[in-house]
Amino acid sequence: MRGTASIFLPVLLIPLATLLQAQGTPPPSPLTMVSREGRRPVPTTIVGNQELIALDEVAALFQVAVREDTLAGGLTLTYRGRTVVVSTNQPMASVAGRLVALPSAPVRSGQRWLVPVELLPRALAPIYDARIELRRPSRLLLVGDVRVPRVTARIDAPGPPTRATVEIAPAAPVTVTTEAGRVVLRVDADALDLNLPGDGAALIDQFRAGEQPTAVAVVLDGRAGAARAIPSEAGGVTRVALEVAAAATADAAPAPPPAPAPLPAAVAAPAFLFAPRPVLLTIVVDPGHGGDDIGARGAGGAEEKRITLELSRRLRMLIETRLGIRVILTRDDDRRVSLDDRAAVANNNKADLFLSLHLNAAPVPDVAGAEVLYLRLDDEGEEARRAAETESVSLPVLGGARRTLDVLRWDLAQARHVDASTVLATVLEEELRAQITMSPRPRLQVPLRVLTGVNMPAALIEMAYLTNPADERRAQSDDFQAGVAQGIYNAVLRFRSYLEAQRQP
Amino acid sequence: MTRRHALQALAAILVLAVGGWAVSRALDRLTGVAPAADSSSATPAAPSAAGVAHITATLYYGSSDGQTLIPVRREVPLADGVLPQGREILGAQLQPAPEGYVSVIPEGTTLRAFYVTDRGDAFVDLSGEAASRHAGGSTAELLTVYAVVHAVTSNLPSVHRVQILLDGREADTLAGHIDLRRPLAPDPSLVREDAQ
Repeated sequence: MRGTASIFLPVLLIPLATLLQAQGTPPPSPLTMVSREGRRPVPTTIVGNQELIALDEVAALFQVAVREDTLAGGLTLTYRGRTVVVSTNQPMASVAGRLVALPSAPVRSGQRWLVPVELLPRALAPIYDARIELRRPSRLLLVGDVRVPRVTARIDAPGPPTRATVEIAPAAPVTVTTEAGRVVLRVDADALDLNLPGDGAALIDQFRAGEQPTAVAVVLDGRAGAARAIPSEAGGVTRVALEVAAAATADAAPAPPPAPAPLPAAVAAPAFLFAPRPVLLTIVVDPGHGGDDIGARGAGGAEEKRITLELSRRLRMLIETRLGIRVILTRDDDRRVSLDDRAAVANNNKADLFLSLHLNAAPVPDVAGAEVLYLRLDDEGEEARRAAETESVSLPVLGGARRTLDVLRWDLAQARHVDASTVLATVLEEELRAQITMSPRPRLQVPLRVLTGVNMPAALIEMAYLTNPADERRAQSDDFQAGVAQGIYNAVLRFRSYLEAQRQP
Repeated sequence: MTRRHALQALAAILVLAVGGWAVSRALDRLTGVAPAADSSSATPAAPSAAGVAHITATLYYGSSDGQTLIPVRREVPLADGVLPQGREILGAQLQPAPEGYVSVIPEGTTLRAFYVTDRGDAFVDLSGEAASRHAGGSTAELLTVYAVVHAVTSNLPSVHRVQILLDGREADTLAGHIDLRRPLAPDPSLVREDAQ
């Protein structure tokens, strides 16, 4: 009897699954959940450009009780006495009394409810005991304390010899194996967040995932000879320097005399064959103040630290879901973070953009509207800027070449980005003006402490005056906050185009 | 005997007085600035009715629209030397604004010390109220910081930049925005000359 059931169950389930999938299409590559227990695929489906997961899958994966409340029009997820209520007709959920936006409302499919996968990091994570992080570009769902370093690769010089670097951040031990036609890097981690360029150049055909989930394979070209890879660790990042020599030809004639003056590699190098690194990969958003530092306070009781955090979270969601750019907040809860630590979050994550969100105060209640601030350098900063343009240090690298490093005082790192920050402030002002009211002085250059040490284009946005009663009411409204987030989002898009244009030769 | 003792005491007092004057002059020279009569742009005024001489100094208050600083000429007691005169000017600047203007410095803020280096950088040491009673916001903070910077640089031409200290120590900011770690030069864009 049991044997019969085990035969018929899959037979019954397959048509059922097919029926469910009929409403959507499977994603191009499956989502993989990585936890301390291992890896497992998570079934999802694409409906109307949204990736959805069945609520019963969520219940099974995370030991969550799911209940449908038809009267209230909501789905309740309960985990250890904590609940999330997902609206069935609005793209939002209530997490411990706080509203969280979702990219779409749930979709009913037969007896099942399908919800956007973003529900997991945004709504379930806050009530869950362990971390839940969705890394959409690499199709990973991280649960709990797992080590999943980001792996990137680049060609440094096509050569020959072809030189390349594979970076693993945060640092992790790497074992290198040279096999026929390829070099395999095995990383000591639970999984890898692969951001590989795909195609290589010259003697390296491609970088791709290895057969094991924590391995990277560097596939060599047929003309490749000896290859070597040397891992090293610095600044919390493991770098594997690869060097691939050309194979000696069988009918090699006697070696010609060495050229008297070989051309520098930079002159001889052909154009790279793979897509360059995107100009905007990571944005750090800095919610101003926090903890016992409340910031400005309105007569009606509105607190700057609370509104800046709400808006930062909203902005993160908008940019991450629509642009796929990683957004990191300098604080994701109500705590004090020093100004140096805020800059360090941006610098350590190699962010491409830093946006600090604040609310303003004036000595009289009449002043209202938003302002965009960027750094004004003093004489010392100007000196640092000139020095950054002219001073650099040349260090030897693998294979006898040299690499030039710019030297800049850490506390004046913003000096080299003032021109780009000026452009950023201009587009922010223009795009915010299309959404909200600007103050009579909409753009200001000011010696701002939080921006001085930030090593990337940066601006600070004062979104409204809490000392103005109308601005205080507005700043807490959904319409205003959506407008600010949209304005900044539009400015990020324009600034990305500017950066791309700057990179053109 | 008694008369000889009295003469000796008088001579000692004279020596001490002359010595004290000489030390005071020497200290002023060491700071690299000339006496107030030579270097202060504030105009000396005739002694007031109470018999205390005054100068007319330019102090800075918030405009009624709360956006900029307005220079206002006010009488400040005359003092001998740049440092004493600077202390008098700052003491007046820290007082509440006159009618028609807005105070930009938190109430209760006092001047703890004032000194000037050879390079023309002044250090204004304010009491902690300047930060602890600050309402926050970059606009309010800009006005507070630059009211102090302009009050010093516009009245004492030998001073080019001003660094604000809090309770005797270097400070990051007053309320989280304006960088106070280095001396600040005046910012004319924050000052509107058309007084009300």
